Amino acid sequence: MTQVSTSSAGEVEKSDAVTLTIDGVSVSVPKDTLVIRAAEQVGVQIPRFCDHPLLAPVGACRQCLVEVPDAGNGRPIPKPQASCTLQVAEGMVVNTQATSPVADKAQQGVMEFLLINHPLDCPVCDKGGECPLQNQAMSNGRAESRFSATGGVKRTFPKPINISAQVLLDRERCVLCARCTRFSEQIAGDPFIALVERGALQQVGIYEKEPFESYFSGNTIQICPVGALTSADYRFRSRPFDLVSTPSVAEHDACGSAIRVDHRRGKVMRRLSGNDPEVNEEWITDKDRFAFTYARAGDRIPHPLVRDAGTGELRAASWPEAFAVAARGLAAARTAGGVGVLTGGRLTAEDAYAYSSFARMVLGTNDIDFRARPHSAEEADFLAAEVVGRGLGHPQSVTYTDLESASLVVLAGLEPEDEAGAVFLRLRKASRTGTRVLALAPYASRGLAKMDGLLLATTPGTEAAALDGLTEHSEHGLDSTGVILVGERLATAPGALAAAARLSRTTGARLAWVPRRAGDRGAVEVGCLPNLLPGGRPVADPAARVDAAAAWGVDHLPEAPGRDGTAILEALSAGELGGLLVGGVSTTDLADPDAARAAIEAAGFVVSLEQRETEVTRAADVVLPVAPASDKAGTYLTWEGRPRPFEAVLSNPASLPDLRVLAGIAEESGVSLGFRTVAEARRQMDQFGAWDGDRAPAAEPAKVKERRLAKNKFWLATWKQMLDLGTMQDGEEALRATARPAIARVPWSVHEVLGGATEVVLTGDRGSVTLPVEPADLPDDTVWVPANSHGNGVLADLASPGSAVTVKGVRA
Amino acid sequence: MSATPSPVLTPVLSDNWDAERAWTLESYESLGGYAALHKALGMAQADIVEAVKDSGLRGRGGAGFPTGMKWSFIPQDNPKPKYLVVNADESEPGTCKDVPLMMASPHTLVEGVIISSYAIRANHAFIYVRGEVLHVVRRLQQAVAEAYAAGHLGKDIHGSGYDLDLVVHAGAGAYICGEETALLDSLEGRRGQPRLRPPFPAVAGLYASPTVINNVESIASVPAIVANGAEWFSSMGTEKSKGFVLYSLSGHVKRPGQFEAPLGITLRELIDLAGGMREGHELKFWTPGGSSTPLLTAEHLDMPLDYEAVGEAGSMLGTRALQIFDDTTCVVRAVLRWTEFYKHESCGKCTPCREGTWWLVQTLARLEAGQGTEEDLDVLLDQCENILGRSFCALGDGATSPITSSIEYFREEFLAHLSHGGCPFDPAASTVFAAQGAHA
Repeated sequence: MTQVSTSSAGEVEKSDAVTLTIDGVSVSVPKDTLVIRAAEQVGVQIPRFCDHPLLAPVGACRQCLVEVPDAGNGRPIPKPQASCTLQVAEGMVVNTQATSPVADKAQQGVMEFLLINHPLDCPVCDKGGECPLQNQAMSNGRAESRFSATGGVKRTFPKPINISAQVLLDRERCVLCARCTRFSEQIAGDPFIALVERGALQQVGIYEKEPFESYFSGNTIQICPVGALTSADYRFRSRPFDLVSTPSVAEHDACGSAIRVDHRRGKVMRRLSGNDPEVNEEWITDKDRFAFTYARAGDRIPHPLVRDAGTGELRAASWPEAFAVAARGLAAARTAGGVGVLTGGRLTAEDAYAYSSFARMVLGTNDIDFRARPHSAEEADFLAAEVVGRGLGHPQSVTYTDLESASLVVLAGLEPEDEAGAVFLRLRKASRTGTRVLALAPYASRGLAKMDGLLLATTPGTEAAALDGLTEHSEHGLDSTGVILVGERLATAPGALAAAARLSRTTGARLAWVPRRAGDRGAVEVGCLPNLLPGGRPVADPAARVDAAAAWGVDHLPEAPGRDGTAILEALSAGELGGLLVGGVSTTDLADPDAARAAIEAAGFVVSLEQRETEVTRAADVVLPVAPASDKAGTYLTWEGRPRPFEAVLSNPASLPDLRVLAGIAEESGVSLGFRTVAEARRQMDQFGAWDGDRAPAAEPAKVKERRLAKNKFWLATWKQMLDLGTMQDGEEALRATARPAIARVPWSVHEVLGGATEVVLTGDRGSVTLPVEPADLPDDTVWVPANSHGNGVLADLASPGSAVTVKGVRA
Repeated sequence: MSATPSPVLTPVLSDNWDAERAWTLESYESLGGYAALHKALGMAQADIVEAVKDSGLRGRGGAGFPTGMKWSFIPQDNPKPKYLVVNADESEPGTCKDVPLMMASPHTLVEGVIISSYAIRANHAFIYVRGEVLHVVRRLQQAVAEAYAAGHLGKDIHGSGYDLDLVVHAGAGAYICGEETALLDSLEGRRGQPRLRPPFPAVAGLYASPTVINNVESIASVPAIVANGAEWFSSMGTEKSKGFVLYSLSGHVKRPGQFEAPLGITLRELIDLAGGMREGHELKFWTPGGSSTPLLTAEHLDMPLDYEAVGEAGSMLGTRALQIFDDTTCVVRAVLRWTEFYKHESCGKCTPCREGTWWLVQTLARLEAGQGTEEDLDVLLDQCENILGRSFCALGDGATSPITSSIEYFREEFLAHLSHGGCPFDPAASTVFAAQGAHA
């Protein structure tokens, strides 16, 4: 445990190490270490409540009192000291409860005080069994209560109160450690809860006009050392000792947050944050924590379905029949022009690899695209040239830790608070220690304000020029100590990704692509793109094709770069493609939902791999149910390219991962993919390895077309808020109730013209939506709406990407 | 406020209290007010600090920390602005010296603020005054306005090139805001709760800038020191407790009030000045410096009232709030009332004070009602032991003082409640409206 003093590498001991004696044991720790943590190094756990290693010390609960017979200057500190606020000093002597009767009595005294107003409701309390108060009362408290023995009357409160739709507070259980309020203020930047009142009536309170709407509120429940904070979803649902805990990785974004899934009898009861200092530290978003009941939704597909030739309806089928029908249909469709493959962005790397292999080996095509959202050819080139293969350890890679040491982080097409929660928390932490954040965005969001960031206002489409401007104007000071984070939305801004790459090269700042979905980065690495084969092998490179063919054990691979997602749908509508293999794609996410719907209708043969019934499954000829994340093993790659492998949480033999289903169809087609299980797929992926030849050339910048804004029209800016109408949040009403409301944001100049209108009607080329309106510091020609917080979303209901809308005020 | 000057009194701060409209600038200046400021502005800042150091002036807010030394802790190489904050949140039960001073002669304080701010190179000063004393707040505001108009505040004071802005800030009525770091939080617009130290206010106080926080009486004493010199000041008092202070006598004396005398005077002398005890009654117990200082008894009547002697007797000089109780008073009842005060005023931040005072009140209430056993006294003392020195700030410590000291001196009286089945005293007898000659 004394890793600092016994450096095996024989390095010189760090000069800032401090040696002190705790309970007679000498220990060396880095300077500024708190005594409570130094004691852990010698194996002494000092009881504590308010202390949390990721929060600033407060010294409020006084549970961790220790005796300090020598403060390091030869003199004792007369009173017992709170070890959570006391920094070590050279030569200091500390006696904890293990050796000091004074410290032990002080701790017992504080514990007795804590319990006088704490209800004895452990048998019905959710925290009972995993409660720091319960545990430490056993280890450091007295067995009998002198308070109740003398007829003491406890303070009580009506219980519980909602501090948000999701978080409930039982005030009489609260020990006022202020962990929740400190988390909200220091970590999340959402100080919507605070301690109010005084003395024993002090309590956590909210301001009624500013509800506790924080994307990170669930963390307060997890760090509460008693059962004062509970979630509407988990309250009274189970006992901790009945739960089985399995470590896993969150599937809702590209952050790869470590989570712990607690389940009982085959049912997930709750999810907690894991502890991974390299990735999400000890925090997760509320979406990662609470959004898991989608897997139990009523529209889960229980068994394979095939379209009955006679009735034209989908009917239940056995797996072998479904495999056979799918294989036959795909073979026919391949003959009739070919089959396109759309994979969505939620697959594990192994599953994505199976689609990539299936497309090339079974369907003989490069018509594959994971980008179930507006995308561009420029983006595919960018991913091949600047992203693929640059994982951990690559000199161009960027990690969470790098964000903390960066001097400047430029954000473009990325709203971290909504689109990558763990990145947001890390950037916020970084911004509090000197990292500056500069966002190219239509307006200064609340998230940007919390990172103390600077806005470089852009209208949609002008991002390329703004990025180029950063090269020319050095006042922002972007250099090799900086980082550029681009989001997937930048694909819709012509020339912007190429400009970002250019900016990175001219300034030396490292560049990273931060997609929204958990499977996006993995899909790039395994070649779910028309221009890439697994391991970053460019399709256009003959040597790379030969290398991939050899790895797969096939004679040759299709040579022509394939169609991208949009082109696949167009080809289906035009009858150029005969069929479609589609997994986990929602039409409303695509650039043109109506056209996508029509293309799928028009397709000769559609095989759909899905968890739940969707528009796509209803139109498909064969529907193959696949496993949700909890039922399978897999690997997500974070935006950094960091592999995050996880094992299945639940054992559900009827729940097959996509790769097993694809292997089944392939075998019916007479081709062996070479794997049937996740482990086998992983092995093959390892053997495949990364491409060590030439990278694809830098992205060809798209021609930036001259755009003209018609009179009285506005460019439409949009992104998806973290909590919205996404189908993976289905079944979580309490969570959804904490989502930010759907609000249209208009420039101040427009807001003035609206003259008190409370709502606006926005009209675009796809329809109209009516939303409450708020002003924001938008450019005068831009309006913003959330992408999926109302109706069927912006792309289906309002306007096509890059188009303009009109705005009309109405009084509600 | 004695009508006939007594040889033992040293009226300096209270010298002009009986002047016509003493609170006005006109009256203050006619008696030589603001001359010390003029003298100070002609001195080097370091010399003023040195003079205050040499005078031996110790903080009058209770702790008795040397004022000059506090000033010298302000790092002069810190680029941030420096602030002077006057703690006028006088809330300690029994303490009534700052409020009368600010009421009678607010300009004494304002002049002290200007000189002290100049000495520590602050251009912004604050008086944090207890919000309930609205009349005093108004007097202070009026005095500050007058001082601005007369050129004692604002830009280029007295042509010296020195600028100072002074803000009178009214608190919202919380005892904890007299704790200096809680005061700073409150002044910044936050909830008043004590801050973690370090950093100390001298380094990172108000708005995280170097800050000196002094009591009203300490700052009000500065003009006299500047005017008359350190030697004059230190000629009064005792060896380590120099100068004059305001003693506020309240309770069962004939003529309660403020008495300004050198440190080291005895309670016997002060009671004489106050006209003696209530007719027909004897001194039973008293607090030397408010309810947070362990109470003393008649055996301490001849103890010199300075920091050292009171400390030696097991108590603290504190704010020299001498609450005098005669033999009609039930000590259990008095202590319970004080404890209820601490329970009400505990800010809630730390466990021992928040929960401990909650429990202490319940235990004491049972004892006063004659319930419980002698062992409850030991539990009570054990509770106090678990609060004293374990709480975040001194509020919790103060809450235990009356309890432990009263049990030390009057254990039998506690036990009498148990054997009597309730309080053996007539509660009306100790009141001010009690009939003359009411019996104990």
